[in-house]
This record gives sequence, structure tokens and C-alpha cells, in this order.
Amino acid sequence: MKISTRTEGDICIACIEEPRIDAASALAFKEGIRSAAEDAPPTVFLDLQHVEFIDSSGLGAIVATLKYVTPERKLVLVGLTPPVQRVFELTRMNTVFAIFPTLDAAMGKCGA
Amino acid sequence: MPDPQHSANGGRDHWGRTFEPVEICLAETDNGVRDVLGQLLETLDPLDLEREERDTVELVLAEVLNNIVEHAYAGSPTQGVIRLTAKMRTNGLHITVLDDGVPMPGGVTPLGMAQDLNVDLDDLPEGGFGWFLIRDLAKDVHYQRAGGCNQLDLRLAVALPPAH
Repeated sequence: MKISTRTEGDICIACIEEPRIDAASALAFKEGIRSAAEDAPPTVFLDLQHVEFIDSSGLGAIVATLKYVTPERKLVLVGLTPPVQRVFELTRMNTVFAIFPTLDAAMGKCGA
Repeated sequence: MPDPQHSANGGRDHWGRTFEPVEICLAETDNGVRDVLGQLLETLDPLDLEREERDTVELVLAEVLNNIVEHAYAGSPTQGVIRLTAKMRTNGLHITVLDDGVPMPGGVTPLGMAQDLNVDLDDLPEGGFGWFLIRDLAKDVHYQRAGGCNQLDLRLAVALPPAH
């Protein structure tokens, strides 16, 4: 799973550079994001703007990431595409996560 | 000039149409479920599905196929065959999925209830969304064991004629 990370102040931005988080890639996603978040600053943005498809396994992997990152750090989801947003809404997981439409919006709310 | 209203409902010209079945042997592909989904969506191209409809088809079938790989064919040394057929009717796309794996426990599909999210973070569910999504998005879900095969039939209310 290709994940690019960069740090801006107190925020680590982990961007998923692949179009799918599904049953075939959920494990690689979890491992990749864990190593990205290991030495991260207090806030981690998970940038999903390139992800066009998640299934229940992908959703489960994102929930697992929330558990892993919290409470030492805060996890924020950014840039959900319509099909990804829909899976969160159908399962009501959108009520559990902090979600922002764009990096700018997330920065405005969570940035230093 | 193409009329977007018209092309967005291409399915209405395809009533009664049976699409080329998709059959895949999991042992012969690197990306079993992704390959099946890709092939099926390609055969459905003539329906000219709207984006959200296409997403629905892909999501429901991804859940169905992942269940087959993870449960019906769990532990098979050489994973088996999955056969998918699709037929367009006036009330949507009817899909039949066949596999030769082990039967559903108790001979019935899981209920797929909505999960309780009013729990501590550590207790949040990381699984069990699959059947919830199938039941939420698909209609007329029916499972039977016949001739040593699992047969799952379902209907997706996509490519419907415009409402009157």
C-alpha cells in the first residue's frame, strides 16, 4: 500500500495513494498506516482523496486505525470521495470519526 | 447532442437482457475478487449506470464475493470457482452468484443487523458490516443450497425506468 506522509507543524498528513482499501489491501493499509503514525505528532490526518472504493474490510481497517492512533493522538479523516463517504454514512461510522471535506478545512479546525 | 436524462437511464432499453455470465477460478487469479468485480462491471457497461448505481453494484458484490472467499472457500487448498450471472428486468438488475464452497452456517444468511456504535472506542466493531451493507442496498436477497452449490440471488434497484 503506497502511503505518502508529510508533517506540517503538529500534524502528520498520511495520504493513501491508491484507489482501493478493500479485503485484498486492508492488512497492508493497517500496517502502512501504523508505521506512518508511529512517531507522528499529536494529530494525524488520513487523506483519502484518492480512494474511490472501500468495502467492509476497508472500513474495519480504518476503525482499527482509529483505535491504534487514539488516545495518544487524534485521527482526522480528510477528503472522502462520494463512494467512501457513503459507506461511512450507511454504517453510521460518520458519527464516530472526525471528518473534513478538504485538507484546508481540516487545517482550519485542527491546525495550530 | 446526447441527452443526459436519456443516457442516464440506459437500462430501460435492456429489459429482459441477460448479460454474459462471469466465471472465475480463484486459484488462477492474483486478485480474485477485484478481477470478478472488474469483469462484471465491464459486462454491465451497456446499462450506462449512474455513478452511484455503479458504486452500489460494486459494493454489494464485493461483500458477497469476499464472504465466499473468506467463508465458503475458507481453508480450501485450491480455491474454487465463482459464477456470476446478471439479468436486467423492469425492477432492476437480478444477480445470481454460485459457488461450490461449504454451506452457510445453519443454511441461512446472517441477519446483518446495524451495529451498536454507542460503545467505548475499544469496543467499536471492526467487522460485521458486510451483511448489513448487502441487506441495506440489495433487495430480495435469497440463499439456497442446491446440488452441492451455494446460490445467492439478489436484486439491485438500478437502471430503473424514470418514475412517472
